[in-house]
Amino acid sequence: MEIDPFIFRLSIFVLSIFIGYYVVWSVTPSLHTPLMSVTNAISSVIIVGAIIAGLAGNSDSIFNTSSIFGFLAISLAAINIFGGFLVTQRMLAMYKKKKKDK
Amino acid sequence: MLSANLSAIFYLVSGILFILALRGLSSPETSRQGNFFGILGMIIAITVTFLSVGNFSTGFVVVLIFLLIGGLIGAFIAYKIPMTAMPELVAGFHSLVGLAAVFVAIAAFLNPDAFNLGSPGNIRLGSLIEMSIGAAVGAITFSGSIIAFLKLQGIMSGSPITFKGQHPLNALILISIIVLTYLLCSTQSSNLFWILLAVSFLIGFLLIIPIGGADMPVVISMLNSYSGWAAAGIGFTLENTALIITGALVGSSGAILSYIMCKGMNRSFFNVILGGFGATEQTSSQNKEQRPVKNGNADDAAFLMKNASSVIIVPGYGMAVAQAQHALREMVDTLKKNDIKVSYAIHPVAGRMPGHMNVLLAEANVPYDEVFELEEINNDFANADVAFVIGANDVTNPVAKTDPQSPIYGMPVLDVEKCKSVLFVKRSLSPGYAGIDNDLFYKENTLMLFADAKKMTEDITKNL
Repeated sequence: MEIDPFIFRLSIFVLSIFIGYYVVWSVTPSLHTPLMSVTNAISSVIIVGAIIAGLAGNSDSIFNTSSIFGFLAISLAAINIFGGFLVTQRMLAMYKKKKKDK
Repeated sequence: MLSANLSAIFYLVSGILFILALRGLSSPETSRQGNFFGILGMIIAITVTFLSVGNFSTGFVVVLIFLLIGGLIGAFIAYKIPMTAMPELVAGFHSLVGLAAVFVAIAAFLNPDAFNLGSPGNIRLGSLIEMSIGAAVGAITFSGSIIAFLKLQGIMSGSPITFKGQHPLNALILISIIVLTYLLCSTQSSNLFWILLAVSFLIGFLLIIPIGGADMPVVISMLNSYSGWAAAGIGFTLENTALIITGALVGSSGAILSYIMCKGMNRSFFNVILGGFGATEQTSSQNKEQRPVKNGNADDAAFLMKNASSVIIVPGYGMAVAQAQHALREMVDTLKKNDIKVSYAIHPVAGRMPGHMNVLLAEANVPYDEVFELEEINNDFANADVAFVIGANDVTNPVAKTDPQSPIYGMPVLDVEKCKSVLFVKRSLSPGYAGIDNDLFYKENTLMLFADAKKMTEDITKNL
């Protein structure tokens, strides 16, 4: 009997939850805000779905309803990707260790 | 055109890079590298998608234009946003993830051929279920985050909005979502799909309005989690590993942060979600008689600190509101020049989102190894000479340890009262958000400094 590919994806999903659980507990509390902004940025990898939808239109009709939703989703996700990573970078750059001599 | 197998491997790689991005946050030294991994993962995922679709005609240009527009807006916001507004920003970003998930689900529903999910009106059952879940959770994330954003921004009142029959109504709507999903799957009717979306938007809105402004740290974390589950739902629909891995990571990350926040307030998750906190308890404490407090000025405070050998600073959200973090750091610099040991104590729910206070202190150039979490520093209060409480209140209230009747009983608090003397910068004697009096105000060793936090801190520095 063959295993439904869904089961494989479900396994990836469940294992990733466990990875997430252990990785996030090891995040230092002082970096919880950057954690939220970076998770925001990476969850916008949903843009891959938006790109597929955006590119699905054929040459006579680039703008059908489905691809328009795709285009909009691309912009929304892109705001998050650029905004999320850049603001995280901006925050992380501020975390400095004690300077011995001043 | 990239083969499906090869692109799946690349998606896996980008999923792993995302794991490393979070892993990097275990310490500030590795965090910047982690962020770089995250960016790399994103670039790989996007490039692979373009290559696997393999359509580089006019549509490609349009996609790039939309990508660029979003990217420019995002970059602009990222550079402009003040650090105090980080909670609003994150709430706003969550709403965008939610809406993007909804849009992708709509696109997939209208044009399932593009995603290999079947044809319109005849979408594979599994995909349709996954799509509905992704769309519904995305919609809830969107409208919930909008409310959170409005409350944090102050456009909407932070006080909880409750009405009779709220919980039964919410339960009813949640059940109707399940029923609608079932009907949608059996009939494939597009009308049901739109109704499902509308109802999900509505429930997201209704779920967040009863939650008070002070509980926003939990709400933001929870919506963070939702945005992850929405992404995962869409990931199943698109059979995309990167999206499934990321969704699971983000989902569990948000859930853990909500748990930490709830624990910091000693409240159960359901207690927060059901809302209404801060409205009910307020009346009980108002009619207490006035007790005497010791009132001091900047001169007294400077004298106390000058003669101390160690000082612990307890910052709270009030400090951020008064924009006093830079003035505070200058005061600390002066203290350090006089060989006084200074450290900062951060309560888990100080600020308006997890870790917010740490970012604000980092922005004011406070080295992160002088900043300590509650468990790390709580024993040091007994040996410290001065505790300088600025903009914090409830998180220092000893009543949480002594009075089982108190609404905050059992909440972990900073043992500020064990210090030889306590300086409390505050505008007035008004209670904090929990609406209860702070016993600390009336202690023998407490000196109240009634003033604006920023001005007081500057005055103390002058007197040092």
